[in-house]
Amino acid sequence: MIHLSAAHMAAQLSAGETTSVELTQKHLDRIASVDVDVHAFLFVNNEGALAQAAEVDAKRAAGEKLSPLAGVPLALKDVMTQKGVPTTCGSKILEGWRPPYDSTVVTNLKKNGIVILGKTNMDEFAMGSSTENSAYGPTHNPWDLSRIPGGSGGGSAAALAAFEAPLAIGTDTGGSIRQPAAVTGTVGVKPTYGGVSRFGLVAFSSSLDQAGPCARTVLDAALLHEAIAGLDPKDSTSINAPVPQVVAAARSGDVKGMKIGVVKELNGDGYQSGVRTRFEESLELLAAAGAEIVEVSAPNFEYALAAYYLIAPSECSSNLARFDAMRYGLRVGDVDGASAESVMNLTREVGFGREVKRRIILGTYALSSGYYDAYYGSAQKVRTLITQDFNNAFEKCDVMVSPTCPTTAFKIGEKSNDPIAMYLNDIATIPVNMAGIGGMSLPSGLAPEDGLPVGFQIMAPAMKDERMYLVGAALEAALLTKWGAPLLSKIPALAGK
Amino acid sequence: MTSLSRDDVANLARLARIEMSDEELVNLSNEFTVILDAVARVQEVAGADVLPTSHPLPLRNVFRPDVVVPSLTPEEALSGAPAQEESRFRVPQILGEEA
Repeated sequence: MIHLSAAHMAAQLSAGETTSVELTQKHLDRIASVDVDVHAFLFVNNEGALAQAAEVDAKRAAGEKLSPLAGVPLALKDVMTQKGVPTTCGSKILEGWRPPYDSTVVTNLKKNGIVILGKTNMDEFAMGSSTENSAYGPTHNPWDLSRIPGGSGGGSAAALAAFEAPLAIGTDTGGSIRQPAAVTGTVGVKPTYGGVSRFGLVAFSSSLDQAGPCARTVLDAALLHEAIAGLDPKDSTSINAPVPQVVAAARSGDVKGMKIGVVKELNGDGYQSGVRTRFEESLELLAAAGAEIVEVSAPNFEYALAAYYLIAPSECSSNLARFDAMRYGLRVGDVDGASAESVMNLTREVGFGREVKRRIILGTYALSSGYYDAYYGSAQKVRTLITQDFNNAFEKCDVMVSPTCPTTAFKIGEKSNDPIAMYLNDIATIPVNMAGIGGMSLPSGLAPEDGLPVGFQIMAPAMKDERMYLVGAALEAALLTKWGAPLLSKIPALAGK
Repeated sequence: MTSLSRDDVANLARLARIEMSDEELVNLSNEFTVILDAVARVQEVAGADVLPTSHPLPLRNVFRPDVVVPSLTPEEALSGAPAQEESRFRVPQILGEEA
């Protein structure tokens, strides 16, 4: 039962073949069995999830009209607040904090009757590409437990691949939904910036952060997307426009006559051979499905990574100033006569990990007088150029595509002492965040040389999110025909308890 | 090549309110030589005619209707406080010792 798609589970629920309590319990049992090895979860809300499930079952029994995903369980990235449930952002500075309010994403999930199983592991404050920066230990990739599950949302992606949850919420600032999806053989979508409310999403880089759906199929991602998206008066940057019709697009998958632009600069050198093989094969399948493949160029993408590692740290140095040991979270050194400043200094020393400190210091530098124009100012100009590159390319095509990341999952520990090598993981995902457009990653197969999943990235213009789902659904269907079974049917079985 | 000395990093850490050991300061100073080299590439490309982008959406002055809506109770707001006193956050001394 846990291996079904969320849409299939929802169908069984509405047909009365199972109950949400039964379905939720099966997932909680699975978590209890395999999460000792995977470590996708930081907190499992057994009682809360079962109570929520029982409520949905009661409503169904009473004949109430329910949302399409009502009763289906979900894993929530620990960067989203849920009232009364521990929210750590993978950081010691928030250990034990129980937020007094729900994020809008959680409000929407509850409204739709989606059952929240617990909170998933992540790089501290979403800074990282491997989930190794979590203060609570790394998550392991279910394809190979010695490898990273991507990051920052490695916990959400691993939970899907390990069949601990059929749906998950991620957040994507530079690729934190898409890169974990790619390396775990799952689907992850970063909606258009402003498409999903950021209220209650603990801020890392406010002009880049975007929450979105994670799932095992394109249709499941679409169903979750529609459940969480829409205007929110609590987020002044949420878009006041109808939610794109992503479910209809995912059900259609018709790409006849669509122009698919291959980004010249996001391929070739630096991309693993198996990643390129799977990418070329996906292009052939899309062409066979009736799409026209064209080449597009984005000459300024090569500067995106450098600009990102100025903009994101700058915004984070400002956003993380809120962790000041005064109103919530950790407080260290509060002894008689200690000044507020010394308490802040000591708390932030103990509470933040290495990568978070590195980025706060870098951002503080980039924003300091005398350096502002050279660093932050120049990075903002690069952002303009990248947006122009997208605008020019979208005149020649309907969507743009690339491999999601240059390589398959690397070994835990392999890059943890080389920040630049780690940052290179996000080279193909970052431009999307800089321009605020939508991006999707879906599995395109296994790399022949190491047998690990490879992701295919689809990028669509702002508020044209449905185009990603059209192309994603077409490719998913073509690959399914070719393979005869979903990619995750090839994942090695976890021993479990 | 730009570099940051140990003392430069110490000053930034002070501004960012993070206590750091000598070892951390030296490590960060070494790492920053490499990182700043990599990010300084942004200076190569954009001319004076390119306008900066601070945000992907062209939004201005977004307001909600001016209506009172429920908010956190004092108990809820204080629920995560490291220390509290008389329904207020208790914080360490901010001003100098009074005579």
